[in-house]
Amino acid sequence: MEIPVMVGAGLVVIGAGIGIGKIGGSAMEAIARQPEATGKIQTAMLIAAALIEGIGFAALFAVG
Amino acid sequence: MILKFILNTFILTMLTFSLSAEETGSHEHSEGEKGLTKEEIDEGIDHHLQDAHSFHLMTNEETGAHYGFPLPVILWDDGLHMFMSSAFHHGEDLVKSGDKTFMLFHNKIYSINESEPIFISKKRDTTIINKEGKEEEITVTDTIHSYSYSEFEQNFISHEGHLPEEAFIANAKPIDFSITKNVFLIIVIGLILFLMFFFAARSYKKHGYLPSGLGRFLEPIILFVRDNIAKPNIGEKHYKRYMGFLLTVFFFIWIVNLFGLTPIGVNITNNIAVTSALAVMVYLITTFTAKKNYWLHIFWMPGVPVPMKFILAPIELLGTIIKPFSLLIRLYANITAGHIVIMSILAMMMFLSSWIGSSLSFFLAIVLGILELLVAALQAYIFTMLSALYFGSAVDEGDHH
Repeated sequence: MEIPVMVGAGLVVIGAGIGIGKIGGSAMEAIARQPEATGKIQTAMLIAAALIEGIGFAALFAVG
Repeated sequence: MILKFILNTFILTMLTFSLSAEETGSHEHSEGEKGLTKEEIDEGIDHHLQDAHSFHLMTNEETGAHYGFPLPVILWDDGLHMFMSSAFHHGEDLVKSGDKTFMLFHNKIYSINESEPIFISKKRDTTIINKEGKEEEITVTDTIHSYSYSEFEQNFISHEGHLPEEAFIANAKPIDFSITKNVFLIIVIGLILFLMFFFAARSYKKHGYLPSGLGRFLEPIILFVRDNIAKPNIGEKHYKRYMGFLLTVFFFIWIVNLFGLTPIGVNITNNIAVTSALAVMVYLITTFTAKKNYWLHIFWMPGVPVPMKFILAPIELLGTIIKPFSLLIRLYANITAGHIVIMSILAMMMFLSSWIGSSLSFFLAIVLGILELLVAALQAYIFTMLSALYFGSAVDEGDHH
């Protein structure tokens, strides 16, 4: 019972990590292309990252 | 020059720390004692994360004296019971109030009766055959042990013993309205916030539009909340109604998180009740200030085929609850996880008790502390930003379609 839960949680965290990484990477590219829109891009990036993070924490709670 | 000086001081401090750690380490080994065990570290971290009935700053291991200060305990158990938490002597004594007796064990208060024993129970899943002759899974509570108070004290309180795994004390718990560490600090922070903004506001009265003192520090942050959080998400027309809530929540979460990083060891935002209260407020404000368009988008989504509308309605309705729920989990989990990581890295010092482990954990703890400073502000920003987003969807009138 314990091990599958932990493996599942690990998978969720990997997924969330990839997701946040992609968001960060795309935001970097977008800022490089349009430095004048930095503020707006950062805001959108943080919101999207926060939403994914919420899913990551769901995994934490499944274990804890 | 200055940088060199800072660097030197830093290295010196680190060396001193690691040397003294090594000294205690070898000292302990010569006596044949280990450093802290895993259980002790776990318990220390747990106690750091939990709310408590008194401020417990340190314990002198040799004399057994505790340093800290007590807080009032307010209980409801067939009548009001009020006393200071110092009466418990950190769980070593029972407290008699009226005709009731109370016991403090691991930050929880239990109502006990001195003639009756203390019951320790365990939950267990079992299968029974119910009246219809079918098998049914139920959870039963077994009493695995009962102690008289003196036995309990000897086994668990004087020797800091642990209950068996998954076991709990089955005695009744009175309804607890105590001014605990968290409640106390929330009141203090409320006062700090009030004074901060009171003086900031007064400086505007004195000097006209030019702020001075505290106002000069607070103005850019307030303008940031207004121009970068409220206006873009809620819209020019309605944002003013929500500014009060957004500013309060932003400053409250930020200052509370910063207090969590101080050595007094209070973590208010890692108490799920506090973040729940904040999220409930967000939910109520969204629901009660929502315009027609918001409800239309929930119950009768425009622009999709009719069968889809019936499928979407329950999902959207559930979504209104999930949104504030994710807010509360995010804040709670971020702060809790941060504290657990810092505490674990500090525990490395106790666990390895060598100069490499100590200096490494010292350095890592500093770096993580700086990161936590960032997280403290970032979580306040995210919470405010997402609540503004929800408020914005509530008052959105669909003009831009």
